Amino acid sequence: MRTTRIAAAAAAALGILLATACTTDTPTDEADEATTEAESGDEWFVQADYDAQLAQRDVEPEGDPAAPWLQAIEPEWVDTAAFAQEGGDATVCFSNASVSNPWRVTGWITMQQQVEVLQSEGKIGEFRHSDAGDDDDQQISDIQAFVDSGDCDALIISPSTTATLTPAVEAACESGVPVIIFDRGVNTDCAVTFIHPIGGYAFGADAAEFLVDNLEPGSTVLALRILPGVDVLENRWAAAEEIFAGSELEILGNEFTGGDAAEIKNIVTQYLQRGDVDGIWMDAGDGAVAAIEAFEDAGAPYPVMTGEDELSFMRKWQETGMTALAPVYSNFQWRTPVIAATMILAGEQVPAEWVLPQDPITEAELDQYLEINADMPSLHYAKFGGEDLPGFPDAWQDR
Amino acid sequence: MTRARELLLRATNPTATVFVLLVLVFAAVFAMNPGFFEGPSLMAFLKQAAPLVILAAGQYFVIVSGNFDLSVGALVGAQVVIAARLIDGEESRTVPVMIVMALFGIGVGLVNGLITTALKVQSFITTLGMLLVLYGAIRLWTGGAPTGSLSESFRQAGRMGIENVPVLGQIPWALLIMIAVGAGSVLLMRTRFGRILMAAGDNERAAALSGARVDTARIAAFVLSGLSATVAGILIGGFAGVSAQVGDGLEFTVITAVVLGGVVLGGGRGSVLAAMAGALVIEALFTLFNQMALPATLRPALQGAIIIAAVAYAARRRPVPTATASPTPS
Amino acid sequence: MTQRLRTPRLGTTALIYLALAGVLAAGAVAVALDGGNLFATANLVDMLTRTSLTGFLAIGMTLVILCRSLDLSVGYTAALSSLVAATTMDGQAANVPLAIAAVLLVSGLIGAANGAVTAYLGVNPFITTLGTGLIIKGYLDTQYKGPAGDVPAVFQQFGYTRIGPVPMSTLVMLAVAAAAIWFLRSSRTGHHMYAVGGDADVARMSGIRTGRTLLAAHVLCGMTAGVAGLLLAARFGTGSAEAYTNLYELDAIAAVVLGGTLLLGGRGGVAGTVAGVAILAVLDTVFNVLQIDPFAKDVLRGVVIIAAVAIYARRQLDRTARRPRFAEGRAS
Repeated sequence: MRTTRIAAAAAAALGILLATACTTDTPTDEADEATTEAESGDEWFVQADYDAQLAQRDVEPEGDPAAPWLQAIEPEWVDTAAFAQEGGDATVCFSNASVSNPWRVTGWITMQQQVEVLQSEGKIGEFRHSDAGDDDDQQISDIQAFVDSGDCDALIISPSTTATLTPAVEAACESGVPVIIFDRGVNTDCAVTFIHPIGGYAFGADAAEFLVDNLEPGSTVLALRILPGVDVLENRWAAAEEIFAGSELEILGNEFTGGDAAEIKNIVTQYLQRGDVDGIWMDAGDGAVAAIEAFEDAGAPYPVMTGEDELSFMRKWQETGMTALAPVYSNFQWRTPVIAATMILAGEQVPAEWVLPQDPITEAELDQYLEINADMPSLHYAKFGGEDLPGFPDAWQDR
Repeated sequence: MTRARELLLRATNPTATVFVLLVLVFAAVFAMNPGFFEGPSLMAFLKQAAPLVILAAGQYFVIVSGNFDLSVGALVGAQVVIAARLIDGEESRTVPVMIVMALFGIGVGLVNGLITTALKVQSFITTLGMLLVLYGAIRLWTGGAPTGSLSESFRQAGRMGIENVPVLGQIPWALLIMIAVGAGSVLLMRTRFGRILMAAGDNERAAALSGARVDTARIAAFVLSGLSATVAGILIGGFAGVSAQVGDGLEFTVITAVVLGGVVLGGGRGSVLAAMAGALVIEALFTLFNQMALPATLRPALQGAIIIAAVAYAARRRPVPTATASPTPS
Repeated sequence: MTQRLRTPRLGTTALIYLALAGVLAAGAVAVALDGGNLFATANLVDMLTRTSLTGFLAIGMTLVILCRSLDLSVGYTAALSSLVAATTMDGQAANVPLAIAAVLLVSGLIGAANGAVTAYLGVNPFITTLGTGLIIKGYLDTQYKGPAGDVPAVFQQFGYTRIGPVPMSTLVMLAVAAAAIWFLRSSRTGHHMYAVGGDADVARMSGIRTGRTLLAAHVLCGMTAGVAGLLLAARFGTGSAEAYTNLYELDAIAAVVLGGTLLLGGRGGVAGTVAGVAILAVLDTVFNVLQIDPFAKDVLRGVVIIAAVAIYARRQLDRTARRPRFAEGRAS
């Protein structure tokens, strides 16, 4: 009896070894693909989108620079007269993916403040929202519920994942309600407008180019990433890989941290034990300060670093005087969809694809942005764009 | 590999497996990077491993008495957020807030324990419910993302230590706290309370018949788990500061660690030292994966395979009939 | 054996449906006070739709929990299944039968691995299934950087068609539930599951092959997770690895326990589970209609789950012998 059990355990162990051996084949496949992806076009790296986004960074957006949430890059205006409504008591519905990270929390407060302004101006009536807690299936139900209720005069959707909401969004479009998509996209252009900053490739490229420009050839760079499998984040890394591949920087590794400060500090500390780290690239700023502290605690010189326009990182950057850049995934985009809804309901033209500017915060602008946001909590985003809303600053402070 | 097998075969009881595993993983780390065993980097490793080790001790008490505590990850997160919001950068508030945190940890443990024992709700459900409540309540309180900031003195325990020690560099406070918690736990398990706890998980009925206050001991175990989450929260917050994701998923890591230590889910068997060693194994494993420069996406797969294999190996020694029928927890 | 078990089980199940009615009534009042109608078609559709996904997962979970096991890998299995389905279909309606077969095979094999390791290697199911979950996660993370595959319109019907207010997926879920109820009440393996979960030693001594029974439960649990993956694929129109981040496994376990099945095995059933799933769905819909803050939702969910299980536990205490209370008497 015991021998069979040991035999079974051994067989299982062997099976597990085989299984892991099988899975370890994969990265070599991927490595092969990675070398050819530039020519052949890997599924996760679309050269045309990459080129377009990098080019859009240099395009002067149309509109007032003082209100970047209303600016648009190379807009193609579409007619919305068919959706025009009288009265100004329209019900606007919003299906939110989640408020599960500080970036979304900040944006959601901004959107609510914008809604209050539009309501008091008599441009919209009721504002309904649902929150899917990052669950695609839940969000599909949420969208269906809005459509079935028949009460919505406009439907705003911030998709939880790019492709998976496509059928639900198509169904919503077919119901005749004007649909507004923002942040992540869907694989259909049936929405009246799709609002987003330039995009993930531009974010990743801004950061990677900064490192390439500010580090000596042969320097070492560690990439810290949040989660695998999230395509908007994969785009940021794909762009960075593309730029690093053409540089003489050595990439020590790319690690997933879940955005957890302890995990980040841990990983950076381990890399520092093994050798020098000259640069840090991040696909989102969550926990950036922990990475910097790892250098302090190890007695290592500060790296050249890219984080995000999250205040805790920017404050640390100012305090230490390190060489850094805050790439931005424009948080002010949360204002645009509700404004777009009022425009559509008034029959005004909107861009079919409303590309908002997305400019990183450089050292020259650092002090200015920190001054504007001096009273804001540390997990707040500098380019939230709500300074002119009546609830400022209390709504973002006492949340 | 054959040497490893010999070593493995020599380990006769399930508890010893974890120490063999620890040696193996450390040997592998050493082979990859001999520099790891130099004082400063070893100290850095122990500093970041300390919170999980302390959590493992707390979880051990709960598991050995026949329950689960799934709420510790959410509690660690809650404690860090509470600290940041209440301290809000004011040095003078550090100690009072730490007292508030300890009371909060004790309170959560008490509620878990009372619901599980007095209301007879299975601990899996009690603590799953508590996880949801803590996760939601803390975000309701702070409007979704942490606010405020920690004071420098609060961060001492997790980040600093005794400086300029020869050879070692810095002896982290976290390491000393971990050793103290470990020693305390070992001593506690030798008292009458420890024996009742063990008996409660092993055979509740017999323990109760012999006059032991089984329920009281179990409630105390939850309180100890809540306290360990508080200490871990202080260390993690001190180590890395506040972030929205602090504590996420820690409950599964810590239960895995305890089980790796040969502690049987369902209770009644295993030692607290082995449970803490289990936590060290997990941390060492993460270090090893990092040293090997294993693609990050593959690591969970390897981690899963190793856990199953290790527990299967330990289970091989147990008498067959109890393999599927562990004693009845409440 | 079954005679003895069935009488209390029906009592508990009736109680759970009563609880469901209570939650519905309370929800309807709350929504009415807010000026809405919980029983409007849109809300009914919403409630029913929400039952299907958790329903599939919870039915399989009921079987393993009855055997005193657990499956924490169902969320990962469902995510993998959605990808297997979508990539096999690849937009072709002709591939649908093949894709369904592939999904059931893959998910069944995962279940078999869980069952075999748990039953024959003596690994606690918590660890086994946490481990398989991690292994699948590693595979998915390495292999997929986002949604993949394409589900043809025909199969998307599974996720979107409805007959009156009742979505097809809910009907399929109820059919699976009915089959599971029949299986537990009338098949030999089904009876054995109660015996294994009740007391594995006694079951073994009375000649039941406990390992095989546990294996069967895990295979079926894996396959229902596979069906849940098919539903995800139909709803998404593609496969998504990210689906595993939603902790569906904890939802399923909560539904099973809400449905009156004992986490320690041996007592409960699928009829109760369906009610448990429905309770969670009603709560979600009510929270949504009332636009309750998402974080408050978590708090309420946690409280409701604990409270419901506490009420069941009270009932069971009254009926069964009270060892602990007896013990307390002696101790104090």
